[in-house]
Amino acid sequence: MQLDTLHFTPLASLFGGVLIGLAAGGFALLLGRIMGVSGIVGGLLSRGGQGDRAWRLSFIVGLLAAPLVWQLGWRLPDIQVAAGPVTLVLAGLLVGFGTRLGSGCTSGHGVCGLARGTLRSLIATMTFMLVAVVTVYIMRHALGA
Amino acid sequence: MKSSLTAGLLGLLFGLGLLLAGMANPAKVSGFLDIAGLWDPSLALVMVGGICAATGLLAWAGHRQRSLLGLPMQLPKPGKPDARLLLGAALFGLGWGLAGICPGPALLGLATGEAAFVPFVLAMLAGMGLYNLLPPPRS
Repeated sequence: MQLDTLHFTPLASLFGGVLIGLAAGGFALLLGRIMGVSGIVGGLLSRGGQGDRAWRLSFIVGLLAAPLVWQLGWRLPDIQVAAGPVTLVLAGLLVGFGTRLGSGCTSGHGVCGLARGTLRSLIATMTFMLVAVVTVYIMRHALGA
Repeated sequence: MKSSLTAGLLGLLFGLGLLLAGMANPAKVSGFLDIAGLWDPSLALVMVGGICAATGLLAWAGHRQRSLLGLPMQLPKPGKPDARLLLGAALFGLGWGLAGICPGPALLGLATGEAAFVPFVLAMLAGMGLYNLLPPPRS
């Protein structure tokens, strides 16, 4: 293992993480719910829960507004997507279906669940991290793509 | 109304956190997942920062009967891991590894105007819709 010191951003990532954690904690404290993106979006697509639509949509609008607000003060960070269109569609399907089946993604399990110390989120986070690491290993080093 | 405004502001805070953290860039996420190559450990610090900042607030929330806005607390009760959880997390991990994109950054990326997020987000919504066709979990 070699460290990528060129791209390592310890302070920005730590403070960015703190903002994410504050949003997650504030969400639970003020709204009484887990701030999980897959759950918030997925809830909009399932039948029922009409009374839930407003705050779900509002959260998504706030998230979508972030790049615009960011650009009032700073330049957007580089955004590079290496995957081609077929991979993006396959990955999107897996992420959408998998996060709903597994009741959460990086925000719900990886931040909120781990912060609450729940066994389910610990198992889920270890599973998706491990599978993602193995997937990248196979793509980059075993297949050499 | 108050809860929608709150949710919107928290969504904005979350999005700004993702941008600052570097999570908005799929190449950086893949650099974190690639432990056998040139490894960028930044995203481990995102999790450390996030968990540290959320722990106290979530513990406080967990002790309350109602939220600070007077809403019923709907935090999930601790349960046992099951097959759905494991299979779902594994499928999610596969997709996350393939593209370096998870749901929050997917929506955020869409808002940056980067075209590559369009097929990903459409497929992600389709995947979520597909899940809704399954019979609901027994509980």
